[in-house]
Amino acid sequence: MKPQSRYNIVIIGGGPAGLAAAVAAKKAGEESILIIEREAELGGILNQCIHNGFGLHTFGEELTGPEYAQKYIDMVENEGIEYVLSTTVINIDGNKTITAVSRENGLMQIDAKAIVLAMGCRERPRGSLRIPGFNPAGIFSAGTAQKLVNIDGYMPGRTVVILGSGDIGLIMARRMTLEGANVKLVAELMPFSGGLNRNIVQCLNDYNIPLKLSHTVVDIDGKERLRGITLAQVDENLRPIAGTEEYVECDTLLLSVGLIPENELSKQIGVELSGKTNGPLVNERLETNVGGVFACGNVLHVHDLVDYVSEEAEAAGRNAAEYAAGRAGDSRQNEIDIVPEGMVRYTVPVRIDLERADEKTVVRFRVADKIPGGVIHASVEKNGERKEILRRKKRILAPGEMEQILLKKEDILGAERIIISAGTSAGISAGTDEKAGATK
Amino acid sequence: MMFDAVIIGAGVTGSAIARELARYEAKICVLEKNADVCEGTSKANSALIHAGFDAEPGTMKAKMNAKGNAMMDKISAELDVPFERIGALVCCFDESGIPALEELLEKGRKNGIPDLEIVDAKKAKELEPALQDNIVAALWAQTSGITCPFELTIGFAENAAMNGVEFRLNTTVSGIEKTDGGYRIETSGGAVGAKAVINAAGIYADEIHNMVCGDKIKITPRKGEYNLLDRAAKGLVRHTVFLLPTKLGKGVLVTPTIFGNPLVGPTSVDIDDKEQNRTSTDGLNEVREKSSTSVKNVPLGMTITSFAGLRAHMDITDGSDDFILGETAEGFFDAAGIESPGLSSSPAIGEYIAEMVAKKLDLKRNEGFNPNRKRVKHLLWLGMEERKRLIEENPAYGAIVCRCEEVSEGEILDAIHRPLGATTLDGVKRRTRATTGRCQAGFCSPRIMEILARELNLPLTQIKKNGGASVEVIEKTRKGAQI
Repeated sequence: MKPQSRYNIVIIGGGPAGLAAAVAAKKAGEESILIIEREAELGGILNQCIHNGFGLHTFGEELTGPEYAQKYIDMVENEGIEYVLSTTVINIDGNKTITAVSRENGLMQIDAKAIVLAMGCRERPRGSLRIPGFNPAGIFSAGTAQKLVNIDGYMPGRTVVILGSGDIGLIMARRMTLEGANVKLVAELMPFSGGLNRNIVQCLNDYNIPLKLSHTVVDIDGKERLRGITLAQVDENLRPIAGTEEYVECDTLLLSVGLIPENELSKQIGVELSGKTNGPLVNERLETNVGGVFACGNVLHVHDLVDYVSEEAEAAGRNAAEYAAGRAGDSRQNEIDIVPEGMVRYTVPVRIDLERADEKTVVRFRVADKIPGGVIHASVEKNGERKEILRRKKRILAPGEMEQILLKKEDILGAERIIISAGTSAGISAGTDEKAGATK
Repeated sequence: MMFDAVIIGAGVTGSAIARELARYEAKICVLEKNADVCEGTSKANSALIHAGFDAEPGTMKAKMNAKGNAMMDKISAELDVPFERIGALVCCFDESGIPALEELLEKGRKNGIPDLEIVDAKKAKELEPALQDNIVAALWAQTSGITCPFELTIGFAENAAMNGVEFRLNTTVSGIEKTDGGYRIETSGGAVGAKAVINAAGIYADEIHNMVCGDKIKITPRKGEYNLLDRAAKGLVRHTVFLLPTKLGKGVLVTPTIFGNPLVGPTSVDIDDKEQNRTSTDGLNEVREKSSTSVKNVPLGMTITSFAGLRAHMDITDGSDDFILGETAEGFFDAAGIESPGLSSSPAIGEYIAEMVAKKLDLKRNEGFNPNRKRVKHLLWLGMEERKRLIEENPAYGAIVCRCEEVSEGEILDAIHRPLGATTLDGVKRRTRATTGRCQAGFCSPRIMEILARELNLPLTQIKKNGGASVEVIEKTRKGAQI
């Protein structure tokens, strides 16, 4: 398809976020929408996630990644939304002019009234971990191995060690085992896993793959192809403990050590990023500091479940449609801050306009540590007084699981600041509890 | 097979010699044990073209560096290699270091290095605002530059190949025997004969030398570890920032690479094993600590990769550690002990050795020699109009494969199908920059492997990172095997 030179909404990325944003924008009445996807198919990384477990919240059934993606691809097709494939955006300027290239259409420039950023994330590579040793073949990020196995149909190796217990690493532990590889262990630097509990049970425990918490790889052996790694236990400061080193023979090392939102294009536009999430700082409309530029999905913050990506992206799509139709003002004057405190690492959004906000606003966040018997608090601040508006007990709070709460408009009207905190029910979260308790 | 000259080693030195010898009418062959050129010391260094002020006056190091630096503008233009004279600052953070700085300036003057001056703290900060505030003075060497060592080596080699030099890759030399009128060289790919043998074997130059010469030499691999930062940290420093040199070398420096990524390193540790080009905890920690001596706020958190290179250090009995350049046995020429400033000296060493060999063999000038070569186009660096035009001419330039460095399939195809083209992932990397970005090959390596397999007509299981046993995938999956 040859795209036109102007659209009301251009969506960068045709993965789960981009697809859901497009469908929602269309349903909100917007007709002029273009999705730009760099791969040869829509669906994004879901296409290589052939395991099940997707869609329980959204569709009430357990789907595989490609099945989940297909539902949204069908909606995009049925709605007649335009998209281009194998097309890479190489620049977006402050006037929302998008420059993209493809084999089919060459170099093209497209003007947009509103842009939805939905580029997803990338995996942290070995280099950023500064693991010493050789640099042989046989070291892959878990997602790269997933593509090789599930899309290309090739095995990266036979004996595998996985560093990092992120979800992709856990999923690949099972996948490589099912393909006949010997997955020796999963090592995790932290004293807890960054992955979903269900994945630890279903991907490691069910296959007797040991999860070595507080362990890391301290050396890589093998000049041409990986021959082995040295594993060591780490202390509370995450430093390897001398004397705990153990050599593990393997021909493959998979890294599942974190995901980084891909915001190189966002930076070109002038979008402000969070130092915590590496994603854009957005208001309750999921709009960045650049008016008419919205963000959703893993480019905004790394999600645990795709269902929440879809939900967030639908909001971004609706808001982009509002903006493109001229129904949303550019004013930021009435926005107040939403501030994370205690064990809450960040919030999305970070700002909210109390007048403009819907009756309910979703705030998503993650906690910094595993907290059994955790409690989430939301408070509003006015004239230096803090008042708790929400308190929710959780059996456990964990960094691997994204949390979300709903702020009711009636609760937050008149606030000068909103504080989201978490701690144990005993109250460890930096004074919040005390004050909140006092006003309860 | 009988050659006029056989060069052992296709690093920057061997490749430069090959290109210079191609200016003569002769049958020339380069033997390289790795799967590609530029696989040893040439691929892992500071990527600098030093001004030449720090070598001992009168030494080959001093002469070759000064001359090599002066030749770089022309060579870079001919071989289409990126080169920029950004200047270097040797920084002194303590009054007590000033005499050493002055000594360095004096050495530089003796070596004939132009545009050298000592600047005060104010001027130094003006030139390089990122310097630590306790800067006292600096030696400013304006002719110091940065290049791409991959492109320079590949440029020399490709240009040599275009002009008729034969390259035998994956070919290890196991022995050299004197014969009537030359040498018989035993290799993993059979024997070759040569009237003249040129030893440019880098860290293995001692082994090659000792196969022929009575006076034995020993090369000690001197390891240097580096951190390379994300291009997003571009602009951290404008110059190459050195500390005052020590006995072990020029110390940990901070410099931009020609692509904008800041580079921090190297350490300097003598090791025993020539295959141990591995990074270490101590080495990476040392880089971390020392980088902040000279430059403020080095964002080491933006490290995208760490690597280690081995310098071919040679101690000669008289205490000097100069390059050995010349005919050390009848018809056997050494370019040995080529550590820093080897890259900077390479154009001069190439010319020096080639002239010597040509004289020995009484070679005639090759009138058809073409000194020019074009590198793989890098679309990221071109203006939008030119990019547009190129994609119209060749639509493969529109298909982006490496998203971080915006490398297209067209560029990768060019890298594979040119003289001495890439056959490995690393080969593609060094010719196109694909995989060198922030994701470090995560997204694009499966795609590049596919392209290599398709273009070289090989199964995916034979596509390697850099030769030897470095395959990326080992077999088809159960399902994959059915397809």
